[in-house]
Amino acid sequence: MLLPTALYSRLAGAPGAAEPLPVERNPAAGAAPFLFTPRLVRFPRDHEFFEDGDVQRHLYLQDMLTQVSETPEKSMVPEFTCQVAGCCQVFAALEDYQHHYHMSHGNTCSLCSRAFPSGHLLDVHILEWHDSLFQILAQRQDMYQCLVEGCPEKFRTSQDRKDHMVRLHLYPADFRFDKPKTNRGPAMPAAADPPARALKDDSDAMEICSEPAAPPPCRRTYSHSCLPGAIFHSCLDIGL
Amino acid sequence: MWSRRQGRLSTLACGVEELRCRRREREAALRKARREQQLVSKRLLREDAPEEAGGQSAAVLLGEAEVQQFLRLAQRGTDEKEREKALVSLRRGLQHPETQQTFIRLEGSMRTLVGLLTSNRALLQLEAARCLHELSHSEQSAVAEACLPATSYLLTYLSGHSSEFIELCLYTLGNLIVESEAVRKQLLPQGIVPALVACIQSPHVAVLEALGYALSQLLQSKEAPEKIIPSLLDSSLLQHMLRLMQPGPKLNLGVAVEFAWCLHYIICSQVNNAMLLSHGALPTLAMLLLDMAGAAQRMDDAGLELQLACPVFRCLSNLLTEVPVEAMGEQMELRDERIVAALFILLQFFLQKQPTLLSEGLWLLNNLTANSPTLCTSLLSLDLIEPLLQLLPLSNVISVLVLTVLCNIVEKGPAYCQRLWPGPLLSCLLNTLVLSDIEVVGQSLELLQLLFLYQPEAAQAFLQQSGLQALERHQEETQLRDRILALQQTAIHG
Repeated sequence: MLLPTALYSRLAGAPGAAEPLPVERNPAAGAAPFLFTPRLVRFPRDHEFFEDGDVQRHLYLQDMLTQVSETPEKSMVPEFTCQVAGCCQVFAALEDYQHHYHMSHGNTCSLCSRAFPSGHLLDVHILEWHDSLFQILAQRQDMYQCLVEGCPEKFRTSQDRKDHMVRLHLYPADFRFDKPKTNRGPAMPAAADPPARALKDDSDAMEICSEPAAPPPCRRTYSHSCLPGAIFHSCLDIGL
Repeated sequence: MWSRRQGRLSTLACGVEELRCRRREREAALRKARREQQLVSKRLLREDAPEEAGGQSAAVLLGEAEVQQFLRLAQRGTDEKEREKALVSLRRGLQHPETQQTFIRLEGSMRTLVGLLTSNRALLQLEAARCLHELSHSEQSAVAEACLPATSYLLTYLSGHSSEFIELCLYTLGNLIVESEAVRKQLLPQGIVPALVACIQSPHVAVLEALGYALSQLLQSKEAPEKIIPSLLDSSLLQHMLRLMQPGPKLNLGVAVEFAWCLHYIICSQVNNAMLLSHGALPTLAMLLLDMAGAAQRMDDAGLELQLACPVFRCLSNLLTEVPVEAMGEQMELRDERIVAALFILLQFFLQKQPTLLSEGLWLLNNLTANSPTLCTSLLSLDLIEPLLQLLPLSNVISVLVLTVLCNIVEKGPAYCQRLWPGPLLSCLLNTLVLSDIEVVGQSLELLQLLFLYQPEAAQAFLQQSGLQALERHQEETQLRDRILALQQTAIHG
């Protein structure tokens, strides 16, 4: 298709258009047996007109997803230690260190050194654990906010909050809200199965590396270490 | 992601011809699937790559005991490296569908995996996430559904900071979304929309592309118009999407492609297109079109421009149908002739690279010109009629579209027809009359009627060039008969 050369400079030019030619229709135009009227056409999503384009899109996705599944090469470097105070983890690849840093030191409470998966959860933790005003208010009104962003509900107790999240937001019933934390006392129920114990050790192992500066000035109950979420244990210590 | 990983494409053992052949096979399979309404299926999303001899990612079949052992080692091993290696071995195994089955049937396996996913050992987390990602690829819904317990955690991690991890979570979610309605049903109440709103503010291109992918899969689901799109439009996600599609130095094509597809599904659903218009979707799309034409001109790498053009055409075209008639005149885009210049530059580009896109581009041209004297005039003043006519012979669908656009121009009256006369139009029409496709001929007849009405000399010339004989060929055709008779009358008697 040969395009006029002026077209390219027009594209680069200023917005606007020539004055439209006058429109002057004859009523006989498009009159029976003729049919034509100018009209905009809309195609629904599954129309066969879209078949070619959809197929191309899928081919593109296939290629893309095959590549996503490949394990990325890592940038290997001489071993080094994480420089955050109290952290003793060693790394030999930059991506690994980056991931570790974000997950373990990213959203960290400066008061008790716990790490959280997101800034939002950190904020909630600080509020519920380190804010004495919160404690006072919580005695009189619903203060425990739902952890799902955008949900406005608040609750009297963290248990109520947990029930809400399980019931309404379909969180798994064993989503870790309660803390299994640092008390390694004999109070631990024997019901904890071996995997659980291992994970609990894990979270404690992390604590050894980054000892909390001072125990948080809030109540703790000890419950046996259930499965998922050692990091969630720490962050969702906020519900007790 | 695209540019990052392109360099790592492993060289396949087969030659160029074989690649082309395989691509044709893939296309055929996809076409068939679409006709059967099966296009949104996991099976087709991941191409079965040929097994490479000694490939480092060869799927390994693991037995129950081995799976258990790897899990135990990963969870309770004393040496960090050993735990990691156990997970890597598990992941390789999980590439095999039978291992996946074994895994999900093993009691407590998903709990353990989720436990590792949420542990505070960063590298174990990553490997666990990769295992989950493998599982999410499964074509068997049972496997995808077994991953349900992980979704709330995946969503929580979207607000984190580790971009590689987030990317992985997003692709995993995207795969689970495609496979299982049970998963989708769970994601909305678990807060996927706010999670995406938080995540879409990430500066990382790879994350944004992954997000766009996951979102496009969510929006493509059959229940999306009812269950998902309304919540999405209630959030600020749309504004962010449009922001990421603004042309300029920060535009990333891979990201824009994904969000353009998202926009396409939203527009087709017709849930609230007025909102899209009020948020400036039309100017954004128009500017994007101009930008793409500029890039095509510079003959930049075609790949992603082609991928972007299709959804942008569709979005613009369908959205134009939603502009209320009274507001038509106010839309700047419809009074800026650069948009038709851009469209033609792109059409020429597609002619060389992807002819299948031509019809969608011409459909857009129809919607732009149908009710727009301004843009019809632009086609004339920018000398675009001849290039348009050059497209006529390509296919019946394209012929009909070209003829329809010409009708859009001609029906506006004598002032427009005069600009087409004298010209190549008549001889082109005489050529189309030779064809047998009823729709093509029918549209030619419509055009002739308008032309004869507003430009009587055309009727004269038609007679002189044996037009009547050309018409006679189709006299017996029921759908054409009346119109042919009428034209014959007009030509002879004026």
